[in-house]
Amino acid sequence: MATKIFKHIQTSVVPLPIENIDTDQIIPARFLKATTREGFGNNLFRDWRFDENDNPKTDFILNNPNYNGKILVAGKNFGCGSSREHAAWAIADYGFDAVVSSFFADIFKGNALNNGLLPVQVSDDFLKKIFDAVFADEHAVIEIDLVDQFIKIVATGEQESFEVNPYKKACMTNGYDDIDYILSKKELIQEFEDAK
Amino acid sequence: MGKTLFDKIWDAHVVSSNEGFPDILYIDTHFIHEVTSPQAFDGLRERGLPVFRPKQTVATADHNVPTWDQHLPIKEELSRYQVDMLTKNCAEFGIELYGLGHPFQGIVHVIGPELGITRPGGTYVCGDSHTSTHGAFGAIAFGIGTSQVEQVMATQCLLQQRPKRMKIEVNGKLQKGVGAKDIILYIISQTTAAGGTGYAVEYAGDTIRSLSMEGRMTICNMSIEMGARCGLIAPDETTINYVKGREFTPKGEEWEKAVAYWQTLYSDDDAQFDSVLKFKAEDIEPMITYGTNPGMGIGISQTVPETTSFEAKEQGSYKKALDYMGLHDDEHLLGRPIDYVFIGSCTNSRIEDLRQVAEFVKGKHKAENVTVWVVPGSKQVQEQAIREGLDKVFESAGFPLREPGCSACLGMNEDKIPAGKYCISTSNRNFEGRQGPNSRTFLASPLTAAASAITGRVTDIREFLKEEEFIEA
Repeated sequence: MATKIFKHIQTSVVPLPIENIDTDQIIPARFLKATTREGFGNNLFRDWRFDENDNPKTDFILNNPNYNGKILVAGKNFGCGSSREHAAWAIADYGFDAVVSSFFADIFKGNALNNGLLPVQVSDDFLKKIFDAVFADEHAVIEIDLVDQFIKIVATGEQESFEVNPYKKACMTNGYDDIDYILSKKELIQEFEDAK
Repeated sequence: MGKTLFDKIWDAHVVSSNEGFPDILYIDTHFIHEVTSPQAFDGLRERGLPVFRPKQTVATADHNVPTWDQHLPIKEELSRYQVDMLTKNCAEFGIELYGLGHPFQGIVHVIGPELGITRPGGTYVCGDSHTSTHGAFGAIAFGIGTSQVEQVMATQCLLQQRPKRMKIEVNGKLQKGVGAKDIILYIISQTTAAGGTGYAVEYAGDTIRSLSMEGRMTICNMSIEMGARCGLIAPDETTINYVKGREFTPKGEEWEKAVAYWQTLYSDDDAQFDSVLKFKAEDIEPMITYGTNPGMGIGISQTVPETTSFEAKEQGSYKKALDYMGLHDDEHLLGRPIDYVFIGSCTNSRIEDLRQVAEFVKGKHKAENVTVWVVPGSKQVQEQAIREGLDKVFESAGFPLREPGCSACLGMNEDKIPAGKYCISTSNRNFEGRQGPNSRTFLASPLTAAASAITGRVTDIREFLKEEEFIEA
């Protein structure tokens, strides 16, 4: 089945300079009761975004109208904890196309890639440069190019290349998904089972 | 060159390996539950596909179920709908469901092993990160997202990059009062919550060998809390004795054949690991976490680390964690009043955990200020506890024995810790709000939790050991 295609974006960013952001923060378990993939963006970072009376917390960055864009930039070990794909769904549903961090948890990274949400792992230094740029100017623009695998701070021209699995890159730039690929090898699965 | 245990099992399950592509890995058993499966079933319907191997798929309802009055309809509408949806999906796609009311129902990582579904040398996945638990049998087991749940349903295979291999050795004799949970909390405190990311971790050493299967499950369960893809322990006599005679264990000639194969499952002497860590059992105290990820743990006699002991760029996140927990630098947790004690979860809800707690609390009573929940991991654990009279011991101690489920581990079902309250929990995560919005979690072993329930404050179990003797932790 076709999935979302990602090749290139250039946009302002939302900075979240916190380390070890776990998937329980991204989407708390009590919001995992839905049986469809839609609507999780409303509860993205629920308990950081809203108080116990559902009023927006003004000191949280998503509630600051000066910061917006299609890229979420966060501290290291982003997406640790639960395997809930709802975390990737919530980030994408909110309107982000990419997440930048200096380190990603494994399962989150895989889930993001399976949903057309690009995880971009940068060095600690480059992450700091992005935070510095966006805290100096909230409209600072970042460019991410998946085809040529680089991320750039547009105003200064500083850039860094990033790694992505070549297979997942082909999936994202063409909108393929894993099931199509494995189904194309179905006779091998049968052979494997017969040999057991 | 020799092979690691991990590579032996992986290689035996590779359906196809192509340069530039992840391997296609065959999955022996796919465990599913109500929370991470409905969108996968919808995906199959959209593609017009059946579940490829329904007989290798096992379902249970655990995350979203109440742990009291399970015979009544689930009160919360969305939870009820999600559990009903699992029932409908399993019926439509021909999958065996151990749902509410079934004698095999329970937490997915408790029932797989106790039913003999989890076996050495196998590959197991589930849309739940604590699937790493099953690695205790010398198996490859890990958590996956819902797109991958759909993938396994559609093909019984998973596209996976082979992870790097790490060996963690623990050798030596544990202090009295220190058990498997303390070992793993100690390891994670040393590696940090990201230290295992990208690795399959094999636990080895004589301390690990000396653990029961249930202790080994506790260790492997929390592999994901250091970011590891999975954790595993080579099978031995302990493993084989545990697996023997269970509901779905092979019997007769099949059993002999299986055991012969399992005996080949170990890392060869000359196998290469990408990383090796060694720890001494004697260095491990009863552990407790003070922060908001499982890597933020200390020996119970120690104090909360100083902010300045962290790099400048980490200090902001560290302060945020301490603020959330209502703690400050250099503080002792010992003696701090607590409000709740939760004994349960896929980490510590098996019969040995319950026996150990019961043995300790026999003749004691919980402190006035504390609410205690003991939640068995499965219906079979609950029944066994009742057969052994543990429920009576718990009741006299003010520890009601509830019904099986994930309960207060994850703040999803009815069992939540109220805002601002402190809970000593035998579960696996102390993230902000994990046990309920604004709840505060101290992760610890069942014995530490039980001792703290009795005193009403964070307690060093070793204080009790000076006065009495009881079963080894």
